[in-house]
Amino acid sequence: MKSLSEIETTSKRAARAVGFSWGVSEEVGKCVRLLELFGLPGIKNLVLYFKNENLNDFDNLKLIHKDNKPNKNKFCPINLGVNFIDQIKTIETFNKCSFKDIAYPILFLPFLSRASEIIGKKLILNFDENKFLLNFNVNISSNFTKDNFPTLANNIQIHFLDNKDNFNELEWKNLYKLSEETFVEETDSSKKGAAGAGLTDND
Amino acid sequence: MRVELRDPNIIMKLSRLGSFHQSKLSFLRSFLKEFKDWEYNRDLFDLDKNGFGVAIYSFKKKKRVYSLICFANKIDDTERSDRVIATKWDAAFTLHDGVPNKNDIERLKKEVPKQEVGRLSYKELTLSRANKSIRVFEHVVDSLSNGKQPNLDLLEKVGYLYRTTAVYGSGKFGLADRFRIKNREEINGPFRLEMMLVYLVRQFTFDQVNHVAKNRNPKKAINLDPEICKNLGIGNSTGLGMAPFIVNHPTLLNNWILSRETALKEIREIRKVDLQDSNLFKKCLKNSIRNITSWNTESEYQLKKINNLLIDVKKLLDFIETKFDFEKDYPFNELYLWLEKETCEECIEYVVSIMMEPYSKIIQPLIRKMSSEEDKYFNIPTDRNVEELRSIIKSKYSNILSIDFNRDENHKKFWFISKNKEEPRIADRFEEQGSELEQPLAIARDVKRLYEKLLVTENSMTIDKFLIENSDLRHVVRRAFIVEKFPYSEIQDNTISEKMVPIDMLRLKLSFFGALKFDPRSDKWLRICMFQGAPLPDELKNYDDHWVYNSYS
Repeated sequence: MKSLSEIETTSKRAARAVGFSWGVSEEVGKCVRLLELFGLPGIKNLVLYFKNENLNDFDNLKLIHKDNKPNKNKFCPINLGVNFIDQIKTIETFNKCSFKDIAYPILFLPFLSRASEIIGKKLILNFDENKFLLNFNVNISSNFTKDNFPTLANNIQIHFLDNKDNFNELEWKNLYKLSEETFVEETDSSKKGAAGAGLTDND
Repeated sequence: MRVELRDPNIIMKLSRLGSFHQSKLSFLRSFLKEFKDWEYNRDLFDLDKNGFGVAIYSFKKKKRVYSLICFANKIDDTERSDRVIATKWDAAFTLHDGVPNKNDIERLKKEVPKQEVGRLSYKELTLSRANKSIRVFEHVVDSLSNGKQPNLDLLEKVGYLYRTTAVYGSGKFGLADRFRIKNREEINGPFRLEMMLVYLVRQFTFDQVNHVAKNRNPKKAINLDPEICKNLGIGNSTGLGMAPFIVNHPTLLNNWILSRETALKEIREIRKVDLQDSNLFKKCLKNSIRNITSWNTESEYQLKKINNLLIDVKKLLDFIETKFDFEKDYPFNELYLWLEKETCEECIEYVVSIMMEPYSKIIQPLIRKMSSEEDKYFNIPTDRNVEELRSIIKSKYSNILSIDFNRDENHKKFWFISKNKEEPRIADRFEEQGSELEQPLAIARDVKRLYEKLLVTENSMTIDKFLIENSDLRHVVRRAFIVEKFPYSEIQDNTISEKMVPIDMLRLKLSFFGALKFDPRSDKWLRICMFQGAPLPDELKNYDDHWVYNSYS
C-alpha cells in the first residue's frame, strides 16, 4: 500500500514533469492525496489524464464567471481547479455557476472540496445524472456508482448551499425535549445558591 | 523588562543556523523525558554466535506498545558503505506499532534489510539501517572476550559502535502516514519515534557486542561496563537528504526556532536568578568544556569553529568568575548582550543552549509547540492584494532583496533529485547538466523575482488575478503569506550561492535532533553522535536531566 505522503510527493513531481509550475504542482499533490484519502480514484485518473491529453490543447479560463464555456476545446480540470480555489470568494457570490466541457472532472472535485472548506459552505456539483456533495473538505459523497469516471463532463452545475439545518423544527423540538430529561428542577434555595455569578451585582 | 525576540534576519542566516547546538528543546532529550515512565523490555534476542539474527525491543504503557525489530546481517567489508547508494548494511531496523506477530516478523525480515527498495506497511512507523564502526566493534569484542574492558581513548575518539546512515518516517516507503498517529499524546513533539528508534538501536549495539564476545570466549568474556555504554552513543552519517526538509516545512521550522527564541527571551527577562539556577548554569558551562575538547574532527572548517568556541567559552567563564554578578537584575540578559559583543556565533548559540538548562518550567511548555500542521497554511489568501504582498516581502525578506541574482556567483548552484537514488543533490549550474529540472529550493531568488514582478503590478490587483498570469511564482506567493505569520519560517539566505555551505542546513536540523560533535566530512555531509552520555533504558525512571554536560566524553 502506498502512503498518502508518497502519493502526494509523486503526484506533485509528475505534475511538474508534464509542465505545470511548482506552485500548481503542489496543488495537484494535495488534491490527489485528498481524492485517495476519500477513497476516490485520483491516481488512476491523473495518470490517464497526463497520458491521454495534450495539456496545450485546453482552453485556459482566466476569470471564472457565472456561466463558462470554452472557446474551442475543453477545460483542464487542474488549471480550472486552481483558478476556482483562487477566485472562490468571488465565485461564491454567484450562488451557482456552470461550466461546459471539463476534462477528467474527478480531478476538479478536490479543488471544490477545498473551496467548500475555505468559504464554510457545502457545494453540490451536478453533471449528467451524477451528483457530488462537497462537505467542508471532510468528505465527498455521491450517487456515482460506476467503476470508471467519465473523461469529459459536458454540462456541470455547481450550487453553493446555504448553511441551514437538515431537519425541521419539530424534529429538533422532539430531540430537545428528550435532552431536557437530563436537567434538574431548581428549588428556591438552589436558585439563590447554585449559580456562581449574579448574586452580588451592586458592588 | 521586555526583551524582543531576536531578528530573523540575523538568526535565520545560514552561518547562524549552522552554529546551533543541542539543548533541552532537542528531540532526543524530550523523547527521553516523555518515555521515562514507560516499561522497557527486550522481548526477543535470537542472534547466532556471530551476532546475526533478529532482536526485538519495546516500550510499553497501558495498551500502547512500540516495538523495535532489529535484523543483524552478515555483510562483506567491501559492501559496507555509509553512502545512500549502499544496498547492504550490518543491521536494519523498523519501529513497529504494537507487538509484531510471526507473520509480521517474517514479512519484515524480507523487506527491512532492503531499505529504500523494500515495502513497509501502515503498521510500521520508522525505518533505519546502520553500519558497525569496524575498528571499535572488533576492538570491544576482542577486549571483552579476553575479560578486559576496551580502550577508553579509542572509544572516546569514535563515540559509538554503530552509525546509522538514514532514519525514515512519515509515510516513506509505505510507512504509516503521520496523520494516523498524530493525536497520540506521547508523540506530541517532532521526530519522537525516530528518536525512539535510534535510542533502542543504541541498546541493541551493546547487547550485540556483549553477545558476540560471550560466544567468542564463553569462559572468560565479560560484559561492557554500563558506565562505558552510557558514554557511547549512536553515530550518524548525514548527507544532503536533510536539507530540503527544512525548506519544505516552513511552519515546522518556524515552530522549532520560535521555541528556542521564546525560551531565550523568557530567560533574559528573568529579573532575579536563583542561586541554584545560576550555579547549575555555571556548572553545565564548565563541564561542557569536556564536550568541546573531546570533539574530534579532521575538518578544517569545523576545527576552526571549535577552536574559536573553546577560546570564547573560556573567555566567558573568566568573565563570569571575575567580573560578573548573578545577583544583579536581569543577569542572563546582560550575559547575552556581552556574548553578542564579545564572542563568535558558535559560542553565542552554544551558551544560549546552556542557559536553558535550569529552566524546565520555561522549556517544557515550549516543547509541546514544536510540531506543526503544514496543511493548515497551504491555501493562499487570494483575496489579499498586490500592495499587501509587496509590503510583506519588503519587511520579511529585506536582506534577500539586496542580493543581485544577475551575478553568476549568486545563482551558481542548483538543487535536484538524483534519478538513481531519488535523493537531493546540489550541483554547479554552469558546469553540470540538469538545471532545467531544478527543485523549488532557490527561495531567495524566486522571492526576488516575485518582488520585481510586484513592483510593476497595480497595487489594488488581488492575488487571484495576479496568479492567473504568474503561475510560475505561485510557490513563493504561498511562502510569503506563511512568513507573514511565521517569522522564523524562512532561511534568510541564498541557498544557491557559490558560498553556501550545505552542512549549515544539516546542522540546524541535527542540533534540534540533539546531535553532538558535528564532524563535517566535506561541505555536503557530516558525521554526528546521538545519545552519547544518555541514560541507559534501565536508568530512565530516575536520570540526570543534564546528562549532556555530565558525561565524561
